[in-house]
Amino acid sequence: MGILEQSQGIPGVLIEPTREPASLDFGDIQHFLMSRPPARAARYEFLAFSSETGGRAWLTGLVDKVGTAKAVGSNVADARWVTVGFTWNGLQALGLSEASLATFPEEFRQGMAARAGILGLTGTNHPKHWVGGLANPNVHAIVILFARDVSERERCRQEHEKYLKQCEGVELLSTLDLEAIPPFDYAHEHFGYRDRLSQPVIEGSGEEPTPGSGPPIKAGEFFLGYRDEEGSAAGMPQPETLSKNGSYVAYLRMEEHVGAFRDFLRQNGETPEQQEWVAAKLMGRWRSGAPLVLAPDKDDPSLGADSSRNNDFNYRTMDPHGYGCPLGAHIRRMNPRDTAANMNRRKMIRRGGTYGPPLPEGAPDDGIERGIAAFVGCASLVRQFEFAMNVWANDPSFHELGNEHDPIFGTQDGTFDMTIPKRPIRKKIKGLPAFTTIRGGAYFFLPGIKALRYLATRTNGG
Amino acid sequence: MATSALPKSESLKPQPVKASSKADWTQPRAMAIPKEGYFQLENGRYGALYPRTPACHGFTIIAKIKPGREDAIRAYGKTIEKAIEDTPDALETLKLHYLRWVLFDIGKDTYFMYQGIFDTDFDKYTEDAVALFKKVGVNTVFENLEGFPEDWKTNVPAFVKFVREHQCPSFLEYGEYPYATADEIKKALKLKAAFGEMLDLMQ
Repeated sequence: MGILEQSQGIPGVLIEPTREPASLDFGDIQHFLMSRPPARAARYEFLAFSSETGGRAWLTGLVDKVGTAKAVGSNVADARWVTVGFTWNGLQALGLSEASLATFPEEFRQGMAARAGILGLTGTNHPKHWVGGLANPNVHAIVILFARDVSERERCRQEHEKYLKQCEGVELLSTLDLEAIPPFDYAHEHFGYRDRLSQPVIEGSGEEPTPGSGPPIKAGEFFLGYRDEEGSAAGMPQPETLSKNGSYVAYLRMEEHVGAFRDFLRQNGETPEQQEWVAAKLMGRWRSGAPLVLAPDKDDPSLGADSSRNNDFNYRTMDPHGYGCPLGAHIRRMNPRDTAANMNRRKMIRRGGTYGPPLPEGAPDDGIERGIAAFVGCASLVRQFEFAMNVWANDPSFHELGNEHDPIFGTQDGTFDMTIPKRPIRKKIKGLPAFTTIRGGAYFFLPGIKALRYLATRTNGG
Repeated sequence: MATSALPKSESLKPQPVKASSKADWTQPRAMAIPKEGYFQLENGRYGALYPRTPACHGFTIIAKIKPGREDAIRAYGKTIEKAIEDTPDALETLKLHYLRWVLFDIGKDTYFMYQGIFDTDFDKYTEDAVALFKKVGVNTVFENLEGFPEDWKTNVPAFVKFVREHQCPSFLEYGEYPYATADEIKKALKLKAAFGEMLDLMQ
């Protein structure tokens, strides 16, 4: 369930919500967290509203293009899929009433930049270094475009550009283009790790969990207005029209320092086999996707590619001391499985993809920014996303480790270690370098379709 | 000189350590804490984090009980005793060393003090604690306290607010074997037992 492990890279597999229980409103829920369209390109556009009426007019014209879970799941001919989300400042800029704004949870009202310290985003990850204007309070909205290919993305880019010219008071702050990196036959990121191996399945989505992934999770853990794992959640934003079928997403633009990563592997492994071993220990899986718990000594690419087996393991009985998967490895932190309490309340859905060109094997770092730009979807940012960042990724005392952060995704400044349990004596890597840097982020609310119409038509005080 | 046989790097001689670094358990330590309960404001998800002291993390919650509820609260001592007998690891999630529950009077009012010593800041596992309290049945103890939010089971922020408002931070904490975690202590005792057994077997 790790950020890397689970980020919904591009391309994707279409999920058809075949069994539709009456309780899940597929026609109103935005498709984004429910289905994964077969996209190989994407574009994120960040917008600011300088006029309430301009913002509402823009939204009015766009709402019919937003993909619902139902439409995206049933229409395989689609070539582009649109998602819209708003920051709390954005909801205010659209003219939502003060009374309604006050019902949103504290962490969403503050926004990600204000919560950076809690998330562990310090040093080079601090919002003062962010790009794309994402630390500014005038980031109001995001339009996420997934496209079948680059040419379709270009067509949509031009179309939205034309539309924006007609909308007064809506300004494009920044954009990010994303493309899947070859080879396209399996999802992976710039370091070469296979992606999308462990993910929660939403109860009522029609999808079946792979072996080892646990039972389906109640829809209320991801969509507001439904029963969650504890029953009915309190404190939903008001009015209900606005919150029903909505989700929160945390956006993270994470640069991957591929040159530094490969240098590190070379420094810590004399042979290619030893380097692969170090890469596997950092992640908890071989780059093929094979989990160390099941393949502790040697890579097993066929296991990595086999979804009926590659997630079917636990830690408490199969690897309690971390001789296979180190206690501090990325996947063991981001999904401690049976070694943490209430795991069903910490599940998150990840979407996103890779940006920037791949760095050819053997080439020196070219200084071009590349990485993953991903969204973490949930019903409670503080309980799900912020917990994962604060405790799993960046708590030095996680699993009694004492002085470690997540080796791949955690904040690293050269002062933290990585312990690799090994008989007879463990291997300790001192002063781990940063393989990733958070270059931007934001909290968005993805409203349901009815809520989008409500936002497009209501005026302040209404 | 038992320590003279140890290699230099393993010497048990006390070394100066920073409060935040992995500390030396051989050197008893005391820490005076400012009135706020922390040295520098650092926020967790639900508010200020309190420092790890030589006596680990912890809190002291003091709240007035509703009139006539003293016996009901006392009865929960037995409830918890039974819960731990039945399920010894029931409170594992909390990373506890010790719990102390005390009832005392001030004038005509009765107050409940809940003191816990933990290995983690309470902020980190707040939601897990709420879930656990529900499961173990500690809930009704809290419901006997004045001002406790009625919807606490589904409203974690309200629960956290009550706890924070009634938390009395220490101004002094002391550790005879400072900064040792419950897991480290249990491991050390296990090792001691294993060595004892090994020595017996070698007789």
